[in-house]
Amino acid sequence: MAEVEIKKENLVYEKPKLITDNVMHYCPGCSHGTVHKLVAEVIDELGMSDKTIGISPVGCSVFAYNYIDIDWVEAAHGRALAVATAVKRLHPEKMVFTYQGDGDLSAIGTAESIHAAARGENVVAIYINNAIYGMTGGQMAPTTLLGMKTATTPYGRDPRLNGYPYKIAEMMAHLDGTTYITRQSVHTPANVRKTKKAIRKAFENALAGNGFSLVEVVATCNSGWKQSPVASNQWLEQNMLPFYPLGDIKDVKKED
Amino acid sequence: MAEKEVKLMKGNEVIAHAAIRYGCDGYFGYPITPQSEVMETLMELKPWETTGMTVLQAESEISSINMVYGGAATGKRVMTSSSSPGISLMSEGMSYLAGAELPCLVVNCQRGGPGLGTIQPSQGDYFQACKGGGHGDFHMIVLAPNSVQEMHDFVADGFDLAFKYRNPAMILADGAIGQMMEKVVLAPQRPRHTNEEIAEECKAWAACGKSADRERNVVTSLELKSEVMEQINLRLQAKYKALEENEVRYETIDCDDADYVIVAFGSSARICSATVEMARAEGLKVGLLRPITLYPFPKKAIADLAKRGVKGFLSAELNAGQMVEDVRLAVNGTAPVAHYGRQGGMMFAPDEVLNALKEKLINNK
Repeated sequence: MAEVEIKKENLVYEKPKLITDNVMHYCPGCSHGTVHKLVAEVIDELGMSDKTIGISPVGCSVFAYNYIDIDWVEAAHGRALAVATAVKRLHPEKMVFTYQGDGDLSAIGTAESIHAAARGENVVAIYINNAIYGMTGGQMAPTTLLGMKTATTPYGRDPRLNGYPYKIAEMMAHLDGTTYITRQSVHTPANVRKTKKAIRKAFENALAGNGFSLVEVVATCNSGWKQSPVASNQWLEQNMLPFYPLGDIKDVKKED
Repeated sequence: MAEKEVKLMKGNEVIAHAAIRYGCDGYFGYPITPQSEVMETLMELKPWETTGMTVLQAESEISSINMVYGGAATGKRVMTSSSSPGISLMSEGMSYLAGAELPCLVVNCQRGGPGLGTIQPSQGDYFQACKGGGHGDFHMIVLAPNSVQEMHDFVADGFDLAFKYRNPAMILADGAIGQMMEKVVLAPQRPRHTNEEIAEECKAWAACGKSADRERNVVTSLELKSEVMEQINLRLQAKYKALEENEVRYETIDCDDADYVIVAFGSSARICSATVEMARAEGLKVGLLRPITLYPFPKKAIADLAKRGVKGFLSAELNAGQMVEDVRLAVNGTAPVAHYGRQGGMMFAPDEVLNALKEKLINNK
């Protein structure tokens, strides 16, 4: 095969400036890598790399700090939005965001998440919802769909036994402190572009002091779901999206 | 010299005044009796309008300690206060603070336990404060005030030690010290550290925005490689050793010629100083050793008294016998060690302690 020389003219895409050279630990096909890339691009495009503090969670994205070249604080499981609250209040000129999974933000950290949103903290939560606990080996999450098989619902999630899944984004949309609540996905190129736009809007809202923003990303966990990356994307569309519909849930600026 | 500013204040109120005057950057708390006056006083004083200090009522103690974690991670001087059940909720956060080597100040105005217990004073959290207070091998720096003045002074001392060692510090007070009113000399107002000063002082570790002249800072307690995690643990242990060598503080009353020594801290020590007077009036050579730092514990001072020939030690505590274990370890079998305590929010009177001393040690040959 002839070697193609990479020149500025034929370069269609390059690694975002703020993504480090560390080898990612995420499984091939996982949505985390794509969302990391979008976050890194938005921080860079806003010219905020020296003024952004990221809060990483406990879960698969605990190591987010290895991949985006900004200052990071790694929080205890579920506490990221309490940590972010203090960082932002003590550094009002900085851009502060959390990057959390569904277990972190909407199970163990429900109180911290809801109250940061209710207080209207000027921070952004990037919320990765893949309906499963990836890091610990695929157990039931608060967002696991009814009938879905996980390590702790081996016969499928039964509401009588395991309770119902819930949508924290819709809950947060009811709170006066929130300004922008949206649900996106990264399973197609078009959706990737929409998610990036949403992340940018959320960051701009936080910088403008408009209140709390949540960008939920309905994501795949092909390892946890025990499917190939391609099948996962299809499964997401067929099963996740009917229960977690995409789009803006609340956009105060638009409503004005 | 400027005239001293002397006020009559509650122990809890003075924590608020001392924090503002020290130049504290942020307080994050949740109400609980008997320490709610700390946040109430801060909210009344509105320091955000004067020094720029942030004050926030969180939705729980879990949230407040994690706010402290966040603030500390950026190099700011931040604190919280609570009482026993609330401190239990903070244990996870304390472990993370110690693991990530973050400086901060936590005030525990102890009440009787276990469980919801009572709102009256207790010293039942000695183990929790001194033996870790969370999972993993770690220590907090623990200061035990016995007066409203020390409540005031230990805010500055606690922050200074916390920053010197990059380790959480705790003021272990109790409901009595928090609620009682005394005369206190207030420190002059110090300016808060500017963002530029913090960025420079804490350049090596604080996550306050990655400037062009340094690598990114990551505040974390996570390390999955066991070989590296062991080295982190060894570094922590070296820090605790340095604390034990350099930062032990205690006070002695009439210990030079004492045959018997009472060991007591905080409000108990205040009571026991009267016991010493009563004993001396009866011709009994009794002294008092008051540990001021509970961690690091004044082991050597106690061992030296035992070596000098003290015939017995009475550890007087408002609990079922916690510090007495450290006194026994320090004495190491060279003299009898007994414990006298009251529990559940009850306090002892000076003569009760004297009777216990006679019964358990002096007349128990």
